[in-house]
Amino acid sequence: MTDHPHIDTLVVGGGVVGMSIAYGLARSGDVVCVLDGSDDAFRASRGNFGLIWVQNKGLGRPAYARWTMQAARTWQSLATELQELTGVDVELRQPGGLSMSFDEKVLAASSEKLNALGKELGIVYPYERLDADGLRKLTPDIGPDVVGAIYCPLDGHVSPLRTLRALVHGFRARGGQLVSGVNVDRVERRGGEFHVHAGNKVYTAGRVVLAAGLANRELAPQVGLKAPIRPVRGQLLVSERVQPFLHYPCHYVRQTGEGVVQIGDSKEEVGMDDSTTLGELARIAARATRTFPMLANVNIVRTWGALRVMSPDGYPIYQASTECPGAFVVTCHSGITLAPAHAGPLVDWMRTGTEPAEIRGFKAERFDVQTN
Amino acid sequence: MFKPINLPAAEQRKTVLIRVEDREVHVSEGQTLAMALLGAGVVPFRRTAVSGAPRTPLCLMGVCFDCLVEVDGSQNVQSCLVEVREGMQVRLPSGARRAGDSA
Repeated sequence: MTDHPHIDTLVVGGGVVGMSIAYGLARSGDVVCVLDGSDDAFRASRGNFGLIWVQNKGLGRPAYARWTMQAARTWQSLATELQELTGVDVELRQPGGLSMSFDEKVLAASSEKLNALGKELGIVYPYERLDADGLRKLTPDIGPDVVGAIYCPLDGHVSPLRTLRALVHGFRARGGQLVSGVNVDRVERRGGEFHVHAGNKVYTAGRVVLAAGLANRELAPQVGLKAPIRPVRGQLLVSERVQPFLHYPCHYVRQTGEGVVQIGDSKEEVGMDDSTTLGELARIAARATRTFPMLANVNIVRTWGALRVMSPDGYPIYQASTECPGAFVVTCHSGITLAPAHAGPLVDWMRTGTEPAEIRGFKAERFDVQTN
Repeated sequence: MFKPINLPAAEQRKTVLIRVEDREVHVSEGQTLAMALLGAGVVPFRRTAVSGAPRTPLCLMGVCFDCLVEVDGSQNVQSCLVEVREGMQVRLPSGARRAGDSA
């Protein structure tokens, strides 16, 4: 392979997780090549919702709460940097987010959880519990069944497709190479280097980062790592464009920069099946119209399903291989929220070996079964 | 551009009365609203919300979404997919649609 240009790092997977890492590595001066799948792959980054979501994350896992908050606080700087570099506006808005509730008890329980999380973190958790009147000041169009909401000022949203596009363009602008339509068959470590076999081609580099979503399950064991992840389907609906009426992202309804109302979601254990079902879509639509009755006659223009990449406890897996030094596995289902952390501190860890304290607990060993 | 064929009296369809903005229009029953509006010389049907570009029907088969009008208070109705009815109230959209019913 001596006729090939030298590559420092191969990133397997060109979704938001892979591209955030690849972008960060290229920004730090690495020669990076991304191997991305083809359009028949299950591409979570083409189907996700676009929230930058902090509230409620990390109860019992304060390190994850810190990791998430730090990412949310640095999103603006990543968005500005990408816009200056690529001209792509990722439509970042962080006015704070709302979790609507139809039930006082549920609202009170959410509030208690955030108080407990604040205690774990040693801070007053940044949130407000709004009653219906307080909520109407932020979103006048809520329906009569909504009793209130949790407001967290750190939450926001972004266009996930524009984000992916900006990362790809930014990566290329920093000298990165993206190869699409590549299905990686095998990764082997030989002669101190990684050889990634894809069809009749072999790519070689000193470092390999597995960010291939659900395909990490098969790839990670080839370099002494584990990714015990499973698909969890979410179904989404998007409406035609309407005049702006919702200025705060809600947990399952948001209005995009173009005026589209995006409505989610479901959590379904159905294996490798990303199709839609009328029953779930109807349930999702009914909840959205209960929250915002005015949506009842808005036309839906598209629906789809996508597969989340979920670990047994829902948290990410960040691990360096001890058996094959230079191999890393990264998998999570919050690739949008965590993009700045993946492009920044995570990349620094891969390059320097200094592991951020927040991610030390996210090794795959935590899922090992106790046999005694 | 389009002209109705001159049919013998026995084959001519009855007409229905619809209202387009403030104008009353007699149109043949059985045709789509889009064809009826084109026949009545309504051009353009609407202007786009962002750039204000004029729009008239393109595909006439439910695909292009360029024939959107407001029908009896329902916004963004594809006029090529509804049949004219006696008393139908049609408004030509201006600006982005609102969530919720017409005022």
